[in-house]
This record gives sequence, structure tokens and C-alpha cells, in this order.
Amino acid sequence: MREVDLAVVGAGPAGLTAAIEGAKRGCRTVVLDMNPRPGGQLIKQIHRFFGSREHRAGTRGIEIADSLFHEAASAGVEVMVEAEVYAIHDSTLEVVAQTNEDSLVLLSEEATTSRSRPLSIAARRIILATGGAENALNFAGWTLPGVMGAGAAQTMINLWRVLPGKKILMVGAGNVGLIISYQLIQAGGEMVAVIEATSRIGGYGVHAAKISRAGVPILTSHTIISASGESRVERAVIAKVDASWRIVSGSEQELEVDTICIAVGLHPNARLASLAECELCYSPSLGGWVPIHNSRMETTISGIYIAGDLSGVEEASTALEEGRLAGICAAASLGKERAGDYDDIKAIEGRLLGLRSGPFCQHRQDAKQELIGIGEAQCPKQ
Amino acid sequence: MSQAIESPSYPSQQELRNAPGYPSQKRLEKGPVVVIECIEEIPCNPCEQACPQHAITIGEPITNCPHLDEDKCIGCELCVSQCPGLAIFLIDLTHSQGSASVAFPHEYLPLPGKGQTVRAVNRAGEPICSATVVRVQNPKTNGQTPVVTVAVPRKYATEVRGILRPGR
Repeated sequence: MREVDLAVVGAGPAGLTAAIEGAKRGCRTVVLDMNPRPGGQLIKQIHRFFGSREHRAGTRGIEIADSLFHEAASAGVEVMVEAEVYAIHDSTLEVVAQTNEDSLVLLSEEATTSRSRPLSIAARRIILATGGAENALNFAGWTLPGVMGAGAAQTMINLWRVLPGKKILMVGAGNVGLIISYQLIQAGGEMVAVIEATSRIGGYGVHAAKISRAGVPILTSHTIISASGESRVERAVIAKVDASWRIVSGSEQELEVDTICIAVGLHPNARLASLAECELCYSPSLGGWVPIHNSRMETTISGIYIAGDLSGVEEASTALEEGRLAGICAAASLGKERAGDYDDIKAIEGRLLGLRSGPFCQHRQDAKQELIGIGEAQCPKQ
Repeated sequence: MSQAIESPSYPSQQELRNAPGYPSQKRLEKGPVVVIECIEEIPCNPCEQACPQHAITIGEPITNCPHLDEDKCIGCELCVSQCPGLAIFLIDLTHSQGSASVAFPHEYLPLPGKGQTVRAVNRAGEPICSATVVRVQNPKTNGQTPVVTVAVPRKYATEVRGILRPGR
């Protein structure tokens, strides 16, 4: 059995920053990620990030992933890719890893196909940073090939350089739907329309403006009725919805499309946290069922911390900050404190507050505050 | 598709003119100046740092809309490629007799060539006039956001915000 001070599950922005802070404070730290490359969603973000200079705004996500990985490696973090954690019990992580040796750092571009083997890792502290997962949408024909999550389409174009279709319908005008529509145009696809069931565009106006001047209609108060086709999507029927979400009869129209991307939000990917028996609570503003955590990012299970979209669906910038917070607090609980930790935590909290302000983000601050309030009452005391 | 858009997917002229990043007509008449079409309070501030003249201010909180000090802006165009929202444009009403130039970020391949005649589009993506490509700037410092400048009839300078991509 491998023994480490800190095991982090998920090598996205939250997991990597958590590991960096842990390792900097002298924790033997391992990061496990099921994907072939570290970076989480960052590796397919080819657009410039919003946020502040501290969050590397103006930088493309893919560049942030690379620099985080190098920062982690130089801090002494061991990153294991293609390593899937399938259970957590008694501070032990059960892993299926694609490695020959326990300590091997794999960074192959190609997915290895052989030698998967079980591995147990005993960790004094665990940080779960398993991210978010896309919500599904059910409609007639939703199982046809050509209907996919917007994130899946983004993986195809930006990671594997495959355009999923030529004429594309995007369902959902939040930031994910708008940004991925833009990237599908850049990849050579034709966006036939972006539809949004609510009466307003949910994402940033600047993203909407970008695809609008590229000639893409954004239809609010519209939903998808059905998809149909011989062996894959060939057309979609959309219609208007009224203020009480009823289809306006007679408003149906058929669109000739071969791909339908679904961008109707994300939810915290809490399956592993749930397996580890962390208590969850339901928070619509944070994307659904989310593990309860306190201000130190610790869950109701002593020694298990969370960060990033798992602790509420937000942005990469907030994930970077929360990861650092979780890493510092987990290390401190092992007695591995550093002078200046208190100031670092206060600075992170201040930046998080800034990121959660304004008309788009204040509701997340309120929801987080509520969640942490529950956490302070229910989570183990320091 | 020929369906009217119910809720506007781009800001109106009125909203833009009320925003703190929009220069006055008087300043526009003087020559090259940026137009910042960022009217929502979103957490973002790279434009502030991009301007060597310190003509753009966001300050605290980070959700403030960018404020343009129109007298400090020299129209250097450096901020245009740095806005993550691709919402900054450089307008020069004094480009030539009767024509104005509009510079905009253009992250599509293939890039147009200098001197090429293209169709300019408005914020809704509708082609509204013919345009001549004056410049295509894509130095390393742009971070892979090329900036294309086109010359258009002066009356379209406040409408033109891009060009038709090939094949459309």
C-alpha cells in the first residue's frame, strides 16, 4: 500500500492548486486523474479567460493548464493520469491505474490500453476536486447519434480535432453554450441557431455579441421538441415557450441540423464524495447536490476536503482559489503550517468575494455563505 | 433561418453610448480612439493593464465596467486583442476623405489579406457594406487574437463590427 500525506482526486484547476499548496508545505502529495492529460477542463479552453490578473485573465485555459502542471511538478507533486479512483474507505483510496510502477508519472499523449492494475493509496488527508458534469435534457430523439453534451463537442473539436457535424443547433445560451458555439464556428461548423428556454440570454453579453456578429441567431423563449433522422440526427423541431413554460402551439419550426449540443448547465460531480459518505445538500445556485463543507473546505467526513466545481459549479478562477484554500487548510491540519498562511487565506477569501460579486455572481456568494453556514455547524471542528 | 430575435443578443446604440467605455462624438471626430462595448458588470479586468496610456480604468470591485479616459487614449490598438470578450474596437473617423476605419478582433481562419475587398457586417452579423482590408495585425503579443482593420464608408463606422467569413 502506498502512503501519502495528501491525495488529490482530479487534476483540474482546483486539484492542481490544492496539490501545489500541499506540496509547498511539505506534504507528500499525489494527484490522481482518470484522463490521459492533466488540466481538467482547462485543456480544451482555447478562449481567453475572464477574471483578474491574479487569475491569469486574458490567458487561454490551455496555457493555464500547462503552467499549473509545471508548477505542481516543480513543487514535488506526483501526478498520476489514467488513474481512476473508484472507492474511498478508511482514508484509503482504491484506484485503477494504468501504471507499471506505483510511483510512475505518466504523461503520454496517447491513452495506454494495457496494464490496468488496482492500487491502494492510504492518505492522511484527501481533497476531492472531481469537477462538474453536464446536465442531460430529455426530448424525443435525444438518444440519436449527433445529440451530445456541449462539453463533448468541445472535447472533440479542441482536443481531438474532430468536427462532430456541419450544421449545429446549440440548446442553452449560458456561457458554456455561447462559448462552445463560438468555438464550433472557429472549427468550421455552421451554427444554425442557439436556443434558450428562458426569456433572456444567461451568459455574458460579450459572448452573445461575438456569435451574433458571426451571424448566429440566438432565440430566447425557445425549446427543443424533438430530434429525428434515419440513423443519426437530420433535423430538429424547436418551438416557442410562453411565460409558464408551455409550448406555444403553431410556433414549431423544423431546422435542418446534423448535430444538437446540449448546454443546460452542470452539476457537481459528487459521486465519489457520496461514496465516501460526505453529506450533501441541495443548492440550486451551486448546481444541485453539493457536499457540505466549512470555511476550510472540509466536508462532514473528517480529513476529506473538496474544492472547485464539486463544491458548487462556478468558474475556473474560483476553482483555482478554492483549490489553494483546501490545500493550505489540509496541510495545516497535518501541522504543516507556514508563516503567512493566515494572510494567504484572508487574501484568497477576499479574491473569492470579488469573484462572487456583481449581478452575475452574487447569488453564488449567497449560496456559498449558506452552504458554509451549514458546514460550520455539521463539519468536524478544527 | 429568418426568425426575429426576441431578446437582443448585442447592446443597443443607446446602451453603448451610456456606457463608460464609449467615447464622445467629439472625441471620435478627432481621430483613432477605442470603443469599449462592455456594458455588463462582469468580473474581468485585463483591458486595464493592456493600456500603456492608463486610459482604461476598472478599479475595485473587479465587476466595474471599464471606464475610458478618452483624452488619454491615443488609438494604439493594444487593448483590442487583449479583451477576453472581444468587445473592444478601434474607430478612426479620420481614416480618409469619406471613409472611416474599424479595427476588430478576428479569430477565424483563413485571415483576410491586405487590400482584399470583403463584406462588412453589423452587430447582428448582417452584411451592410463593402469594405477594404487595410491591415491584418497578428504579432506574438496579440496572443493569437489577430486584429483586422477595414475601411468603410464613414456612416457605417458605428455599425461595422466584423466581416463575413469566407463561404458565407
